[in-house]
Amino acid sequence: MPKTIKYQDPATIQRVLRTGRSIAVVGLSANALRASHFVGYYAQRHGYRIIPVNPREEEVLGEPCFNSLTAVGDAVDVVNVFRDPSAVPAIAREAVAIGAKALWLQFGVISDEGAAIAADAGLDVVMDRCLKIEHARYMGRMHWLGLNTEVVTARRRIKR
Amino acid sequence: MTDLPDRQFGFRTRALHAGARPEPETGARAVPIFQTSSYVFEDPESAAAYFNLQEYGNTYSRIMNPTVAAFEERIANLEGGVGGVAFASGLAAQSATFFTLLSPGDHVVASRALYGGSITQLKHLLKKLSVELTFVDPDDPDEWDRATTEQTRLFFGETIGNPGGNVMDIERIAEVAHNHSIPLVMDNTFATPYLCRPIEWGADIVIHSATKFLGGHGTSIGGVVIDSGDFDWSNGKFAVIAEPSDAYHGLAFHETFGMYGFLMKLRSETLRDLGGCMSPFNAFLFLQGIETLPLRMDRHVSNALGVATWLDARSDVISVSHPALHYRENAALLEKYLPKGAGAVFCFELAGGRGAGQNFIRNVQLFSHLANVGDAKSLIIHPASTTHRQLNNDELQAAGIAPGTIRLSIGIEDIDDLQWDLEQAFA
Ligand SMILES: Cc1ncc(COP(=O)(O)O)c(C=O)c1O
Repeated sequence: MPKTIKYQDPATIQRVLRTGRSIAVVGLSANALRASHFVGYYAQRHGYRIIPVNPREEEVLGEPCFNSLTAVGDAVDVVNVFRDPSAVPAIAREAVAIGAKALWLQFGVISDEGAAIAADAGLDVVMDRCLKIEHARYMGRMHWLGLNTEVVTARRRIKR
Repeated sequence: MTDLPDRQFGFRTRALHAGARPEPETGARAVPIFQTSSYVFEDPESAAAYFNLQEYGNTYSRIMNPTVAAFEERIANLEGGVGGVAFASGLAAQSATFFTLLSPGDHVVASRALYGGSITQLKHLLKKLSVELTFVDPDDPDEWDRATTEQTRLFFGETIGNPGGNVMDIERIAEVAHNHSIPLVMDNTFATPYLCRPIEWGADIVIHSATKFLGGHGTSIGGVVIDSGDFDWSNGKFAVIAEPSDAYHGLAFHETFGMYGFLMKLRSETLRDLGGCMSPFNAFLFLQGIETLPLRMDRHVSNALGVATWLDARSDVISVSHPALHYRENAALLEKYLPKGAGAVFCFELAGGRGAGQNFIRNVQLFSHLANVGDAKSLIIHPASTTHRQLNNDELQAAGIAPGTIRLSIGIEDIDDLQWDLEQAFA
């Protein structure tokens, strides 16, 4: 598995998860067995507002679907991408245009060009990381399944 | 709320802290023993989310338990893996791994110089799974290559062989495995992650019998499987991980969980179905043991090398299998894989055969005569009449065991007392 260290800064990841409230999930599937659905469902359970961006669906996770990021209208904090890497530069430009604060590219969605477009415009960028896993690592319950959170601290966990 | 700092902590720090964040409800500093079979759900939606694996949540202690999870995370962290699944014993961990990865018609290539119980397990379990098996020389990577067929699905070996002391060239054998698009599974029981971390040399899965040095005090039986997260289970050879599973309502584990796919399957299907889980109390004792693993291992390896060198100089000893003596001509191998020391279990062969071996065992005072290794206390056994009893003469020879062979597991006592005990047993 290629390690794309550049856009995987733990401080950035924690800041995006802590400050973000609304997450536009580009490519959110209606199929409950797909990874995008797992992530959207999880984030919704943890209090984030999920905005599905998928022209092929009417409604996913109880939220109306939009054809594109520019069609959303409401404020979007995080743009979370489950699409082919070739689609990322155009999505990054839209994320910049609508004033999103962060671009988060899921596992395998690796696009240095798209990441640079967002980073140059001042957005926080996370690449080749799963939003659900990172939330579970720092704020959630990933440690309940014996997974390596890499968290080492003697401080008491703050609930959220 | 302050974010967690981005610091790479050292091994000794992680041996104490990894996986064991203070408990949020009470602030308990020691890892609490969650002695419960099951967990109350918040509401029906949460229960469904846990069972569907959409949310990390506790359901039933056969499948997960917070005390056991702290143990799993600690070993995963120390080995440099993405996670772990604990089992009731080292052999339960091995059988669960084989059961998860193998299907009828597959083939396994394994070291010929394994722990006797592992050889027996492979022979009998794989036959029942209709999986073919070839044993090869752990010291000869080319033999692993030649033994591999289109049906081979994994390589299995021990970092330091029990009891022959063979040290595998992990990096080369991992390369051979990866050329064939299959994983290298290493039993790292004898080295522990303090002495060697096979994942750093290319191994894909690491298994431990926690019963030995990890626990370190001979109190509990347990095992654990660690995944590097690096193997591509979607390479066409592992439909068992990559394809939708009819044992979990059509879930495709590798696609959905990425680098955690194998571990999620190992836990939510294999552990669920085979059922050999670790008890929370044993996990607590293992966590206590691991806190002092680095301190103990330093003393284990220095005592062991001292005793082995002392035995090797005696005329009534035919040979000593300690890796540092065994690989005298290949010191680079030990320097590469075991720079801190080559473990604390080795054999020596007494002149005088089986009778001499049994007499020697009758004479010791301090060494405990029992079938275990990796206790803080020194242990002794006669393999030909105990641990390796099920092996025929050819298999015994292949495993490096003669009728007069004695196996020692050197503890952390005063080395003078250990040498005194052995000296008087020769008399
Ligand atoms: C190298 C090695 N692997 C695996 C095992 C099996 O472990 P357990 O007894 O915990 O099942 C042993 C036990 O002696 C061992 O020495």
